[in-house]
Amino acid sequence: MDISSWDGTISLAEFHAAACALVEKWKKVSSASPPWSWVSCPKQPWVASHEVEGYLSLENIILVSIKEEHDELPSFPQKEETSCSDKEESIDIATLGQSDHDEICYYDLHIVYSAPYRVPVLYFRVYYSDGEPLQFEDIKKHLPAHSAKTLLDSKWTFITQEEHPYLNRPWYKLHPCGTGEWMKLLFQGDVSLARNGAAIEVYLISWLSFVGQVVGLRIPYEMLNQL
Amino acid sequence: MMEAQKYVWEGAIPLQIHLHESEVTTLPPPLPALILAPRIGYLPLLIPHIKPHFSSALPPGVDTVWFEYKGLPLKWYIPTGVLFDLLCVEPERPWNLTVHFRGYPGNILIPCEGEDSVKWSFINSLKEASYIINGNCKNVMNISQPDQVELWHSVFNGNLEAYLKVSSKLKLGTAGHEYSANLSSGSFVSRQSAGDTDATGQVKTGRVPVRLYVWGVSEDFDDLEDAPQIDSWDKISYINRPVEIHGEEGKCFTLLDAVKSLLPEHFQYKSLTNEESSKEEGEDEQKVPSEEGGENLSEYVESCYPSDNAEVKLVRIQGIEPKLEIPFSWVVHNLMNPEHFLHVCVCLKFSQVKIPSDG
Repeated sequence: MDISSWDGTISLAEFHAAACALVEKWKKVSSASPPWSWVSCPKQPWVASHEVEGYLSLENIILVSIKEEHDELPSFPQKEETSCSDKEESIDIATLGQSDHDEICYYDLHIVYSAPYRVPVLYFRVYYSDGEPLQFEDIKKHLPAHSAKTLLDSKWTFITQEEHPYLNRPWYKLHPCGTGEWMKLLFQGDVSLARNGAAIEVYLISWLSFVGQVVGLRIPYEMLNQL
Repeated sequence: MMEAQKYVWEGAIPLQIHLHESEVTTLPPPLPALILAPRIGYLPLLIPHIKPHFSSALPPGVDTVWFEYKGLPLKWYIPTGVLFDLLCVEPERPWNLTVHFRGYPGNILIPCEGEDSVKWSFINSLKEASYIINGNCKNVMNISQPDQVELWHSVFNGNLEAYLKVSSKLKLGTAGHEYSANLSSGSFVSRQSAGDTDATGQVKTGRVPVRLYVWGVSEDFDDLEDAPQIDSWDKISYINRPVEIHGEEGKCFTLLDAVKSLLPEHFQYKSLTNEESSKEEGEDEQKVPSEEGGENLSEYVESCYPSDNAEVKLVRIQGIEPKLEIPFSWVVHNLMNPEHFLHVCVCLKFSQVKIPSDG
């Protein structure tokens, strides 16, 4: 990929390839964590698209809120706890102690391709263990400190509540407007990335390593290490 | 070619709005409110006009206004004209809607805090359109505060002249040829537009903001009034994908080309044979060759396999069913909404082909 003329965006087919790569790598590297899965769309019988259309899904996970005022989050791997389908919960007491709140919150994360912006977009939902969704104000309290600050500075341009493109329900969405630009910067700034022949496969992982910080999703170090 | 745009901006849907019976606290119940809703406007903007009509009948409490048509909560960020074209296949005049002031379905509809929410949604869509056309949102983000106010007011008030004045600063020329006023003479002048151009000035590539609303029927219908009612948003495929124009020398990119690029490759369509279309177009129906339909049936197995036999029953834009051979750039330039998106409602008839699997 010629980084200098690239605008930081990808096609739907590239998104699909990058998504498959992420699913595989995540499974290999982080087998203790819940896996990302690909959900195929659309379900309507008359809209058969030319390419594979769908989104990545990681649901029902607990993310630890980081309250330290660091510019950069530490890069050690962080366990993401999950409630498994057989209702077993393994909670790391030490990490839970960092949370200011007694209530455990669950996140559903979807990575959806935006055809207008030609970049991935993060959609997420946050809810209590009884399924009740959190109000926007409470979500802010759960987010890592620096992203909460940015939110306060420009509420309407950062996280907004919009309709999920496939599910006809309100979800929270991280705005895609600047994504192309900072993806390009990211690739330009990292010599190893720019030289990497398999650039598209690392696109999504790199993207997630930034975007995940907003909600406190940590990327296992080993995934970034192999880039 | 200002005429068509003017008609679009002046277009309005007569609404008859009923207060939901669960919220009526007076006897006799209030009469429905009658109001003309601009096609290019949004339902929440009508609330200041509607509320006084019902306020004395409402139960105590805080207002959270939402609209509904035959039980379907209406998505407030979709322009009123589009909602009408989509949900009222056989146009109902006046269009009977129900208004609620309580019990906002927050699990289905995103929150709406009146005019501010609508304005934000509008600007957001405009940014998206700008990104699609120009590759960045700069023009929209950098307009001055007074210009932004002027832009919103022109949309709010349906003032096309004011809108054109302000929106020209956004430099959102549509990809494809722009038509001068000399179209009636049979020729057109192609002007610089946002796509890449080659030496002859023909547009080679460009992206056009389009929002497609597709719904399907498995049973054919001849009259629009026999079309099944859409009772759930899950029955509509919302496709928010730009149309990519790859201009070919001497070839005109038509509305059909655009619809095909967003929908399955293999579909056939036939001209609308019902009275509706002949009334509107006032011409003989046109025969159009079918496109690659009906072949290779043996490749399909019995199941809910996505069928290649989808037939376009209806393409409706701003309340009209344009001939599919019309140049797409004309359609976009004249029928787009103020946020620079072309909203297209498409009805497909699909057949679930059941063929025994190869033995």
